[in-house]
Amino acid sequence: MWQNHMKLDLLQGTLDVMVLQTLAAMGAMHGYGIARRIEQVSGDQVLLNQGTIYASLVRLQNRGWIDAEWGASDNNRKAKYYSITRAGRKELASEADQWNRLSDVMARMFAQ
Amino acid sequence: MIRRVLAFFHKRPLDAEFDAELATHIEMATEDNIRAGMPPAEARRQAMLKLGGVEPAKELHRETRGLPALDSVLQDLRYAARTLRKDAAFTAFAILIVGLGIGASSTVFSVVNALLLRPLPFADAGRLAWIANSEAAGLSGQTTQVGHFNDLRQQNHSFTDIAAYFAFYGIGDAKLTGSGEPERLTAVPVSGNFFPLLGIQPTLGRNFNDDECKWNGPKAVLLSHGLWERRFNSDPSIVGRALTIDEKPYTVAGVMPASFDFGSVFAPGLHVDLYMPFPLTQETNRWGNTLAIVGRLKPGVTAAAAQAEIRVLAPQFLEAHRDRNNFVGFVKPLADHVSGRIRTGVLVLAGAVVVVMLIVCANLSNLLLARTASRQKEIAVRTALGAGRGRIARQLLTESLLLSLCGATLGLVLAILGTRALSHLEAISIPLLRDVRTDGTALGFIVLMAIATGLVFGVGPAIQSGAGVLHDALKDSSRGSTDSRSRHWVRGALVVSEVAFACVLLVGAGLLIRSFLRVMDVDLGFHPESAAAVRIDPGPSYKTKPQINGYFDEAIRRVRSVPGVVAAGITDALPLGRNRTWGVGAQGVQYERGKYPSAYVRVVWDGYLNAMGIPLRAGRDFNERDTPDADPVIIINETMAKNLFPGQNAVGKYVEFKPAKRVIGVVGDVRHLALEQGSGNEMYIPLRQTGDWSSADLVVRSTLPPSALAATVREALRTLQPDLPGNDFRPLQTLVDKAVSPRRFVVLLLAGFACFALILASLGIYGVISYSVGQRAQEIGIRMALGASAGQLQRRIVMQTLGLAAIGMSIGAVGSWLLARAMGSLLYGVTAADPTTFVAMVALLTFVAAIAGYLPARRASRADPMLALRSA
Repeated sequence: MWQNHMKLDLLQGTLDVMVLQTLAAMGAMHGYGIARRIEQVSGDQVLLNQGTIYASLVRLQNRGWIDAEWGASDNNRKAKYYSITRAGRKELASEADQWNRLSDVMARMFAQ
Repeated sequence: MIRRVLAFFHKRPLDAEFDAELATHIEMATEDNIRAGMPPAEARRQAMLKLGGVEPAKELHRETRGLPALDSVLQDLRYAARTLRKDAAFTAFAILIVGLGIGASSTVFSVVNALLLRPLPFADAGRLAWIANSEAAGLSGQTTQVGHFNDLRQQNHSFTDIAAYFAFYGIGDAKLTGSGEPERLTAVPVSGNFFPLLGIQPTLGRNFNDDECKWNGPKAVLLSHGLWERRFNSDPSIVGRALTIDEKPYTVAGVMPASFDFGSVFAPGLHVDLYMPFPLTQETNRWGNTLAIVGRLKPGVTAAAAQAEIRVLAPQFLEAHRDRNNFVGFVKPLADHVSGRIRTGVLVLAGAVVVVMLIVCANLSNLLLARTASRQKEIAVRTALGAGRGRIARQLLTESLLLSLCGATLGLVLAILGTRALSHLEAISIPLLRDVRTDGTALGFIVLMAIATGLVFGVGPAIQSGAGVLHDALKDSSRGSTDSRSRHWVRGALVVSEVAFACVLLVGAGLLIRSFLRVMDVDLGFHPESAAAVRIDPGPSYKTKPQINGYFDEAIRRVRSVPGVVAAGITDALPLGRNRTWGVGAQGVQYERGKYPSAYVRVVWDGYLNAMGIPLRAGRDFNERDTPDADPVIIINETMAKNLFPGQNAVGKYVEFKPAKRVIGVVGDVRHLALEQGSGNEMYIPLRQTGDWSSADLVVRSTLPPSALAATVREALRTLQPDLPGNDFRPLQTLVDKAVSPRRFVVLLLAGFACFALILASLGIYGVISYSVGQRAQEIGIRMALGASAGQLQRRIVMQTLGLAAIGMSIGAVGSWLLARAMGSLLYGVTAADPTTFVAMVALLTFVAAIAGYLPARRASRADPMLALRSA
C-alpha cells in the first residue's frame, strides 16, 4: 500500500499496530502528533512517510478500532483528534500478543 | 464496508475534511521545523516532503476510505462523457445509428416474442392443439362435421377435452338493431366448452349454460370487451339485458375480458364482436363440415400421440356412419397453427435485424478506429504518465459502452413507438400482432443488445489502442506517417463486411419487393377497383322462396337505377374471405374412391359476374328466367371445365347434384383463397334456385366514390331495408389489401432495413476513404506536384473504393443466395437466384460505393498541393 523509503522496512500491518499502541499509550492525539510520536519512539529508525498515517487512521476507523473528533490543538488550531475504542484495545492486545510471540520465535531462531 | 460505501457517496465533504486535517498537519510540521531552525520556506518544503506530497496523501486517503474500483469506473465514465461531448457530431451520429439499429431490432424482437416465443394468451397454452380435418386448403378441408366431433370428444384418451368454433361465421353476420344506429357485427358461434377449454372467464356475467347450447335453446350472447366499451359505454349492468340481433331477442350472458381477442389468434385482422353458442346436435351435423377444433392435451401426451390415436379412431367413425363426410384428422400444437404461416417471414425479419446490427457495429467500429487513430497521441501521453494498457483499453471500452447505452435509450424510445404502431395496425392478417409490445423481456433484450453492441464495436479499437508503440506514437507527428498496416487491414475488412451485409439485405429486400409486385400484378380474375360490397340480407319477415326472390329482385332493380351505378349483383361469399367446397362431379363419370372432385361454391344473383368483372368465357350469365321451377343451372370456371370435361365443351353438360344441374356458362378463374394461388374448381349457383346460402353481399360497381355510393344506395334501399347499417360499405380493394397485408408488412420492414443498411454501408465507405485520403494528403500533394492530374487521382481512389466494394459484394452475393433459399416460401414468381434482382442490387451498391469514394477523392484532388506539402 505505501512505499517505504525508510531505514527500516515496515511489514504490512505494522503501522496500524504502531498507531493503535500510540493512541493506547498517549490518549487522544491528532495525525501529526501520532506521526511525530512514532518517529520519536523508534528513535528515528523508521523514517515515516507521514501521508500513510492518514490511510492507516482511515483503515482503523473503518474497522471501528478508533474514533475521531474535531478539537483544538495546544496553540488553538482546529485538529482532528483520534482515540482508541474498546474494540481497538482488544485488537491491540491480541496484536501485541502475536508480535511478542513472533519476536520471541525470531529471537530464538537467531540465538541458535 | 458500509462505511466505505457511504464514503463513496460523500466524497466532497470527506475530501474537504481531509484537506483541513492535512492543512493543520503541514502547519504543525512547518512550525516544528522553524523551531528547529529552518528558514520558513524550507520548513514548509520539508514538511511536505515528509508527508510524501499532498496529492498522493489525498489519493491514498481516498483509496483507503472508498471503493477504488467503482471510483475508477466513474472516472472513466466522466472522462468518456467529456471526450464524447467534445466530439458532438461523432457522438450524435453514433447514438443515432445505434438507436436506429437497436430500435429496429427490439421491435422485431417483440414481434418474434409475441408470435413465436411467448405462449398463446391462454391458460397452459402449450397443451392446446389444433385438430384439422385434412390438409386440403380452404375452410371445408380444415373443418369437421359435428358427428365426428361428438364421437371424438367421447372416445379419445389423448385430450382432457376438445372444443370447437363454427368456422363459417361471416364478417358482419349479425345485425344489431334497436337502441342506437343499426350495426352489422361479427359473431362467432362456439361450442359451450370453448372458453373453459381455453381457460378464459367472462369478466362480467357467465359462460353459456347447457340450455343455451341446445338446438333452439334460449338465445344468448357473450359480448367482446371492445363492443361492450364502444357500443354499451362499459355498462356494468349489461348482463341479462336483451339485445335485438337479426330481429330476434338475445340475452347478454356476459362480457369477455379485454385480454381475449379471438381475431388476433384465430382470424388475424378481424374484429369479433359477439360470441354465440353453437349447438352440437343432429341438426348442425347435417350442415356438413363446420367445426374448427381445438383440443387440450392431457399432461404428458404429445400432439403426435394424439394424432396417432385419431388416425385409429377416424376410420371407425366413418365405418359406423357412412353418411358422414370424410374425416382424417391432423393434430398440431395450436401455436404452430396460429403462427405457422407467418413464421418464415418473421424469421427473415429477425435475420435481417441481426445483419443490420452487424452493419451498425462494423460502422461504429470503423468510426472508433478512426478516432483512436487520431487520439493516438493522447493515449500515448496517458501511457507515458503511467496508465497501463488494460486501463486504456478499459477507458476505450467504457466510451463505446457509454455510446451504445445512450443509443439504446434512443432505441428504447423507438422500440416503444414501433411496437405501439404495430400493435395498433388494423386489418393486417398477422396473428397476435395486438400482443406486440415492449415488455420486460424486450427491455432485457435491449440492455443485452446495448452491451453486446458496445463490446463488439468497441473491442477492436480497444485492442488496437495498445498495439501502437508508445515511442513511435509520441514521436510521429501527423507528417507522412501512414497508418500501420494492420489497422489499415482491419478497416478494409470492416468496409468489406459492411458491403457484404448490405448486399445480403438489399438482395433479400429486392427479391421480396419483386415478389410483392408480382403478387400485386396477379390477374385476380375480378376487378376490385371502383366496386364495393354491402350486406343486404333480407329480414326474417321474408320467409318463402318467392318472397325472398322478390326482395332481391326489387333490391337489385333499385340499386341499378341509382345514377352512377354501373352494375350490381349479389353473392354469399366474396373472394379472399369465407369459402366452402362441395363435392361435385361430371354426370355419368365413375370416380375412384377419394378422387371425387370438389369445388368452391358461390351462390350468386344474376349480374354478380358483371359487377365483379369476372369474364364470361362461354355460354351465358344467370338471368331472371332461372327460377326455382326452371331447369337447375350452374356456371363453372375454366379450371373446373377442364377438370370435369377435359377436351369437351362444358356448356350444356350436366354436373351431379340432386337433381343434376346443367352448365350454362364458363367463366374465368378467380383468386378466391389467396392472391398467390389459384383456387382450382369453382362454381356459381343461382340464388334464385337454392336456399343454401347464409349471407347476401350486394356488390356494386360504380363511378361514384365509395362514400357517396353508400349514401345513395342506402337511400335507394330505404323502404326495403329501413335499418341498413352504415358501417358496412367495404370497397373490394380492402379485401385485396388485407390478403396481401402480411406480405406487405414483411416487405416494408425489410426494405426499410435494406435502406438503412445501404446508408450505413455508404457512410462506412465514405468514412474510410476520406480518412485514408486525409492521411495521405501529403502523398497526394507530392503526386500532384509531380504532375498527376486530378482526374487520375480521383480514378485511383474510386478504383480503390470499388475494389473493396467488389470483394464485399462477392461475399454478399453468396450470402444473399443462401438467404434467398431460406425464404423460398416467401418468394412468388421469382427464383432465389433471380438474376434481375442480383444485377440490380449489385449495380445499386456499386453506384453508391462509387459516389462514397468519389466525394473524398474530389476533395483531395482539389486541395492545393503546396498547402498539402507545407502542412507537413
